[in-house]
Amino acid sequence: MKIMVAVKRVIDYAVKIRVKADKSGVETQNVKMSMNPFCEIALEEALRIKEAGLASEVVAVTMGPKQSIDTLRTGLAMGADRGIHVEATGDLFPLAVAKLFKALVEIEKPGLIILGKQAIDNDCNQTGQMVAGLLGWPQGTFASKVVLDKEKQEVMVDREVDGGLETLCLNLPAVITTDLRLNQPRYATLPNIMKAKSKPVKKYTPEELNVATNSDLEVVEVTEPPKRKAGVLVSSVDELIDKLKNEAHVI
Amino acid sequence: MTTAMVEKYKAFYRLLNKTSRTLVDRRFRQQGQCARGGSAASGLDHRPDAVVEQRVSYLGCPKRGLWTSARASLPSFVDGGFARDYPMNRCRSFGSVAGEIQRSSKFATLNSDDVAHFKEILGERNVVQDERLEAANSDWMHKYVGSSRLLLLPKSTDEVSRILKYCNSRCLAVVPQGGNTGLVGGSVPVFDEVIINMALMKQVISFDKISGILVCEAGCILEDLISFLDNQGFVMPLDLGAKGSCQIGGNVATNAGGLRLIRYGSLHGNVLGLEVVLANGDVLDMLGTLRKDNTGYDLKHLFIGSEGSLGIITKVSILTPPKLSSVNIAFLACQDYLSCQKLLLEAKRSLGEILSAFEFMDSVAMDVVLNNLDGVRNPLAPTAHNFYVLIETTGTEESYDKEKLEKFLVGSMESGLISDGVLAQDINQASAFWRLREILAQIEPFVYEWTSNHRGSISAEHGVGLMKANKIFYSKSPEAVQLMASIKKLVDPKTILNPYKVLPHSLMSYS
Repeated sequence: MKIMVAVKRVIDYAVKIRVKADKSGVETQNVKMSMNPFCEIALEEALRIKEAGLASEVVAVTMGPKQSIDTLRTGLAMGADRGIHVEATGDLFPLAVAKLFKALVEIEKPGLIILGKQAIDNDCNQTGQMVAGLLGWPQGTFASKVVLDKEKQEVMVDREVDGGLETLCLNLPAVITTDLRLNQPRYATLPNIMKAKSKPVKKYTPEELNVATNSDLEVVEVTEPPKRKAGVLVSSVDELIDKLKNEAHVI
Repeated sequence: MTTAMVEKYKAFYRLLNKTSRTLVDRRFRQQGQCARGGSAASGLDHRPDAVVEQRVSYLGCPKRGLWTSARASLPSFVDGGFARDYPMNRCRSFGSVAGEIQRSSKFATLNSDDVAHFKEILGERNVVQDERLEAANSDWMHKYVGSSRLLLLPKSTDEVSRILKYCNSRCLAVVPQGGNTGLVGGSVPVFDEVIINMALMKQVISFDKISGILVCEAGCILEDLISFLDNQGFVMPLDLGAKGSCQIGGNVATNAGGLRLIRYGSLHGNVLGLEVVLANGDVLDMLGTLRKDNTGYDLKHLFIGSEGSLGIITKVSILTPPKLSSVNIAFLACQDYLSCQKLLLEAKRSLGEILSAFEFMDSVAMDVVLNNLDGVRNPLAPTAHNFYVLIETTGTEESYDKEKLEKFLVGSMESGLISDGVLAQDINQASAFWRLREILAQIEPFVYEWTSNHRGSISAEHGVGLMKANKIFYSKSPEAVQLMASIKKLVDPKTILNPYKVLPHSLMSYS
C-alpha cells in the first residue's frame, strides 16, 4: 500500500513574524522557513506505518514555488521514498490544493493520505477535509492515535474533539489529518540526508494536472491584532464601579 | 565519582566554552562554626566575620530574580544522593578563600549618618535595606553569602560618582553588582561591603544603524539588548546562558565570552568605549565610538575583565554585528577525543566564515543531562556514542549554507571523523540541541571542586573573583601580578572597590 503525505513549506514556528508595511501579508523575506510542524507529524506517522510493514512506500507531496523543494528534501531526509513537487507560483488556497491532490491521487493511487491538521501560516484546517470530500473517502481528522489493520483494510483513528476522544473506524482508502499528540517526529540523520540526494522527485504544474488554481477568495488586508492597552490603577471602589459602568459598559 | 569519570570531566571542563548558567544550588556551612546561630534551617546568619553557607538541594533557574525550581536528584555519584536536610556535621568550605580571611580593619563600618547621606544623594526609594538586600548578598548558586547592610541603586553616572566619592572619603568598602550571575563570588560582598547595583541604569543611549555601534548604560540586561537589536537587524556579539539576568556592565567587567566567541571574538575586540567611575568619584569618559583610536594608551582594556576592582563601569559603547538569517545546527557523534579535535580543524577550514559555534560534550555528560532533566532526548538515540559535538553555522543564504554544511558533514562521515549525526530542520530542533549543551553547565561546580582539591590547573574562563583570588599565580607570573597590584593601588589607593577579590591577599594591604 502506498501512503501519500502532504508537506508544506511555512515560516518557521519559532520566528517572530512581522506584518508588511503595505498590509498585504506577512514579511517572508530573509525569514527562516521550515516544514509545517503538523506535516512533520504526518510524515512521521507514515514512516512508522511503513516501518511496521503495513505500507510499501511513502510519497511526500508539496505544492508551491521553487523553494518548496527544500521542504521536500527534508521529508526525504526523514525517510520518505519519493517526492512530488507541484510547482505553482501565487497563492494556493486549500480548495486548489485539494483539487491538485485529487489529480495526483488519480495518478498515484495511494491507499492512505495523511496531512497535518492545519498549516501554521493560514490556520485554515480545510485541505484534508476537502480532499476527502472531493475523493469521496472517509476522513479521520485531529488524529491523536492511528492503528492500521491491513487485513481488514481499515484504520482506527482516535480523534481529539472538544468533549474528549472519539474513536472512528474508517475503511481504506481514507484521509487522516494529524494533531499534535500523535507522535514526536524524528530528526533527519546524516546517513538519511545522504540517501535523500538520490531519491527521485517528480515535478508537475497545475496545467499538466488540469487544475485551475484561481480562487474565489482574495486577501484584502493583513493587520496585527491591536496592542494590549496598559491597565489603569483606580484609587477607590467607587471609581472602579464608575469605570465599569461608564467606560467598559459591563455593569 | 570514579577516577575514570573524573578524568573525563577534567578533559571536558578544559574544553568547556563559557556558559554561566548552573542549576545546582548548594550552600555549605563553615567547618567548626556550625554551632552559632542555631539550626541549619533557612535564613542567613548575619555574622560579619565569616561567609555562611547552608546546604540546600534543588534545581533552579534564575531569570530576572525569579526562581523556577523543579525537584530533581543530584547525580548519585556526586555525594551519595539527594539530601534535603543539612546534617550539622557535614560542613565544608567550597574551595573558597572566605574562611581563611578576616574583615579588614581599615574599612569603616556603616553608620546611620552614612545611610542618611546616601538617601540625600539617591532619594529614599533607592537606598535599600529590606528583603531585597538578602538576595543581593548572595550569588545565584548560593555558594557565597555576604552580610552587607546596604544596597544602593543609582540611576545616573553622577549618582555613582557622588556615592563613590563619599565612600572613598569614609573608607567604606563597596561591591559593584550587575546581574549577579557570576560563578566565582565576585559580585557579592564578602563581609559588609556596601552593594552598588547598576540595575536602574538601563537606558539605551544611542544606536547607529550604519555602523552598528550601540551605546548604552551598564545596567542593561543582555537579553533586552538582544531584543532591541533584533528589531534593528543586529545581534549582540556575545550570548550566554544567563542572558535573561546578566547586565552588559557585568559582562564587560568580567570579559564574558559565551557561545559565539568563536565567531565574533572577545569583548576586548567589540567594546569600543567605556565610561567608568573611579574609586575617588572621578568620571573617566572613554566612551569613544571610533573603530580605531590610536591616541595615547588604550585604557579601556584595563577595565574590561577587571571584575569591578579598578572602577565601576557606567556606560558601554559596543560594536554589534548584523543579524544573519540563516542558522543551521548539526549534532554529531565522534568515536574519540582526537576525532573531535580534527573535526574542529576541519570545520574551521571547510565552513570558514559561516562557523559560529563549536561545542563538545562526552557520553557521561550526556547521560547526566538525560537522566536528570525532563523533555530532553538524545538526538542520536538509541546508540550511545563516546563524544558529541554541536556545530552551528550562521550566514546569509539558507540553501548555500545548508549545502556547505551538508557537504562538510558528509565528507567527515565518509572519512570516519564522525560516526553519526543529525541536522536540525527547524528552530525548535535547533533549540533542543542547544538546551542539551547549555544545561551541561550545572556540572561545573563539581568539576571545579574536584579539580581545585587536587591542585589542578584553574581555568580563568569564569573570572577570578573571590574563589580564585589567591590562585592567580597558577596562570600569571609573579612580575605580572605585581604590576597588577601596583596599578590597583594607583587607581584605588584605599582599595575600597571590591576588596578581597581578583588579586592575591598577600599583595594587598588588607590588614
